[in-house]
Amino acid sequence: MTQLWNFPGGIHPPENKHQSTARPIRKAGIPERLILPLQQHIGAPAEPLVQPGDKVLKGQKLADVTSGMGVPVHASTSGTIVGIELLPVPHPSGMSDWCIVLEPDGDDAWCELSPIADYRKLHRDDVLNLIREAGISGMGGAGFPTNIKLRPPSDRKVSTLIINGAECEPYITADDMAMRERADQIHGGIKIMSWILRPERCVIAIEDNKPEAVEAMRKASEGTQAEVVVVPTKYPSGGEKQLIQILTGMEVPSGGIPADIGVMCQNVGTAMAVYRAINRGEPLISRITTVTGAGVDDPGNFEALIGTPTRHLLDQAGFHPERVNRLILGGPMMGYTLEDTSVPVIKTTNCLIAATENELPMPPPEQPCIRCGMCAEVCPMELLPQQLFWHARAQDFDRAEHLNLFDCIECGACSFVCPSSIPLVQYYRYAKGEIRTQRAEQIKADRARERFEARQARLEREQEEKERRREERARAAAEAQKKKEAEAEKAVAEGEATDERSARAAMVQQALERKKARPAAAATSEASTEKPDIESLEKQLNQAKGKLETMESMLDDARAAQADNVEKLERAVAKNLDRVKRAEDALTEARKQLETEDGQ
Amino acid sequence: MWTGILIAVAVLLALAVVFGALLGFAAERFRVEGNPLVDQIDALLPQTQCGQCGFPGCRPYAESIAHGDAINKCPPGGEATIKALADLLDVEPQPLDAEHGVEQARRVAVIREDECIGCTKCIQACPVDAILGAAKHMHTVIESECTGCDLCVEPCPVDCIDMVTIEPDIRSWSWQPPQPTIIATDRQGASA
Amino acid sequence: MTEYLLILVSTILVNNFVLVQFLGLCPFMGVSGKLETAMGMSLATTFVLTLASVCSYLAYTWLLEPLDLTFLRTITFILVIAVVVQFTEMVVRKTSPLLYRVLGIFLPLITTNCAVLGVALLNINKNNNFVESVLYGFGAAAGFSLVLVLFAAMRERIAVADVPVAFRGAAIGMVTAGLMSLAFLGFTGLVSV
Repeated sequence: MTQLWNFPGGIHPPENKHQSTARPIRKAGIPERLILPLQQHIGAPAEPLVQPGDKVLKGQKLADVTSGMGVPVHASTSGTIVGIELLPVPHPSGMSDWCIVLEPDGDDAWCELSPIADYRKLHRDDVLNLIREAGISGMGGAGFPTNIKLRPPSDRKVSTLIINGAECEPYITADDMAMRERADQIHGGIKIMSWILRPERCVIAIEDNKPEAVEAMRKASEGTQAEVVVVPTKYPSGGEKQLIQILTGMEVPSGGIPADIGVMCQNVGTAMAVYRAINRGEPLISRITTVTGAGVDDPGNFEALIGTPTRHLLDQAGFHPERVNRLILGGPMMGYTLEDTSVPVIKTTNCLIAATENELPMPPPEQPCIRCGMCAEVCPMELLPQQLFWHARAQDFDRAEHLNLFDCIECGACSFVCPSSIPLVQYYRYAKGEIRTQRAEQIKADRARERFEARQARLEREQEEKERRREERARAAAEAQKKKEAEAEKAVAEGEATDERSARAAMVQQALERKKARPAAAATSEASTEKPDIESLEKQLNQAKGKLETMESMLDDARAAQADNVEKLERAVAKNLDRVKRAEDALTEARKQLETEDGQ
Repeated sequence: MWTGILIAVAVLLALAVVFGALLGFAAERFRVEGNPLVDQIDALLPQTQCGQCGFPGCRPYAESIAHGDAINKCPPGGEATIKALADLLDVEPQPLDAEHGVEQARRVAVIREDECIGCTKCIQACPVDAILGAAKHMHTVIESECTGCDLCVEPCPVDCIDMVTIEPDIRSWSWQPPQPTIIATDRQGASA
Repeated sequence: MTEYLLILVSTILVNNFVLVQFLGLCPFMGVSGKLETAMGMSLATTFVLTLASVCSYLAYTWLLEPLDLTFLRTITFILVIAVVVQFTEMVVRKTSPLLYRVLGIFLPLITTNCAVLGVALLNINKNNNFVESVLYGFGAAAGFSLVLVLFAAMRERIAVADVPVAFRGAAIGMVTAGLMSLAFLGFTGLVSV
């Protein structure tokens, strides 16, 4: 028996899984239109490689991520690209994002596939690249690019590879049915991942409420190193950190990732996709999604093409919109309400719940916290939900962050048990969002400060340069003047002695004249303090007129050449005309003023 | 009697002198230069360098706050900055002083390139050098660096700069706080 | 040895200066808004109290008593305390400008803190020797710090809690302080010093 540990807290909500496990997985078929969002993963959005009107084959790459982290998007069936537009995507905000719209032609024709006969002959990096090219990202719900997650850490050994078949959330049975019916494919994927990571131990974790799946996976992994471990049913034991604690007794460090302690966690759906990508050369173009709830007649699991509108899927299960009170994408604990049924199924869509009023009643209004502490009892991360609530509510985000807000996995166990029906997780999500926004703004503000200070420094430098140049020019001018005088003296000295006296007299005369000229200039400048207005105004007027002439000639040239900036020049001409007029007016005013002054 | 009073006064004087000397020495020994508090205040301001607070930039306002100026003069910073400053300085947060402007959504400047004549007046006005361009060449605002201070709108001779509000998109979206039920005392209109 | 321990227990718990003897309420209510500020204030007060207790004892024993000027003790103690506080202010300003700014007026207000003068005068009343004076001063400061930190921690939580509008701020603070004081009354009779 493998040793199992327990994680703190956890709840036991009613499972409600029996509704969707009665029938085998059905194919959802090809809908009328496929909507493929360019971002279905964590990282940067992909950029389209096709244009509207292009004909594409099934499995053809339609978009790829060129800069940043991400995986490509493939065509789920053959058809024509109808458009690349902003359409509603599965997101709690209900907002739109760029999507490629594909109209199937019904042929479902595959493009050329290159399955690998023996992946062990390849380099590990090549296999990882193939996984990336197949567009595989985490299918448990997060959507992290699998090729990056599977990259073995350079500095430590991977001690445990955990295949997550726990599926702890109520209603969802996608992984359960996948394990029952496609255990071989899943196991194929596990083999590939084990080969890449070479872990000391490979564990397939399944909750004890899935005996058929346990049986199927045991049979598939007979004789291999992978062991199937049955873990007790508790929510949220399927959470990465909780599962690691159950199977290894180790805790992932706060703010860290499982790779830090040498553990890797992958979903069974991802393993299946890896198998298909390597063994069959098929990119990720479909996934198993649970459609359940009392609002559909035939709940069950469907293999749906990525991009299938959820309405199509719901109709396949016998959707009765009038019965439905709330449509949930995801599970009842961690999912969100869906308003628009045109949003497509993407790589991370694991469940759709069409819930009636009885099934999932609207939560009662929030009442004051009675400080009972039940939330802290059930928190699987051993946080203080009550304190986080108080601080998030008071917008004291520093304190909330100090209490390890970012370690919250948003499982919803605390909200589930709260007797006052306080939507605790919503408060934490809000606080996390605010903190992230503040951090981004802080970075922006720091950048702005740097730029501002750099600009100040640049302006100062330019000022200093100007000063220096001015001084140099003044010095050069003074030196030139001195040189001239020296030469003049020399010329005088070289002349005849008799001329000396007259030359000196001439020099003295020059000096005297210069002296007279200076106060005269001062006098004239004083006298003309009344008049400089006229002179400067006349100068301005001449300048404006000059500019106007140049502008007008430019305009004529532009008109003749039919250049683009005709309008601009016309406007500039108009402005200059204005300026000329204003200068003229100012001049006449000043002249009038002077006359009246003189007159007085 | 007089001797008693004289001795008392003398003792007190002596004590005072001794302590005064001690303090004088300590004052020299523990002299503090500069004011690192200004840096901490400046780190909280939004750095738009817009001048709406009445000071030519964020650093002068930070210095003024360090000398006791009101903390509610910064519209781009808004409530969040006032609260952060109040926390740092342990004073009461006050509502934004409307005299200096109102808090608006974040805006960026956009130049209508059809109308730009390449005069570089806006480039000279931008406090963070967020406008790219040269004389007689097209000018454009680098959106990621623009702080929305709108100092470039005035100098433009052809009035071709618009201040555009940034629309929230799916990547910048964040959860809204849940709306709590009003409790009886809040309904009476009193608020803390 | 036991007497020293008893002095400490007495000043920290049984005859706590803030909650039982009701001295030093001004910084207690004024500086307890945030935990960091409270810790800074308690450190400053500990420093001042111990030093002032020692200096005033020395001033009394070696200066005032021999010269038969014991009637000058109040003014001398105030002088001593003022000097020590000034000194502390300079040290705080140098080591932590933020704490200096945050404590603000409460740092020089330690001069007029009745707890500090109370310790100095009570030392004389109880005829404590040097070691006992030091311990008395230190114990008083430790008791003050304990209560200040506890109160600050509580006030932080109360600040974000659902307090009725009429009670928010100082009112609920006073109520809480009163309840804490009642709690500390439980120590009565533990030590009769």
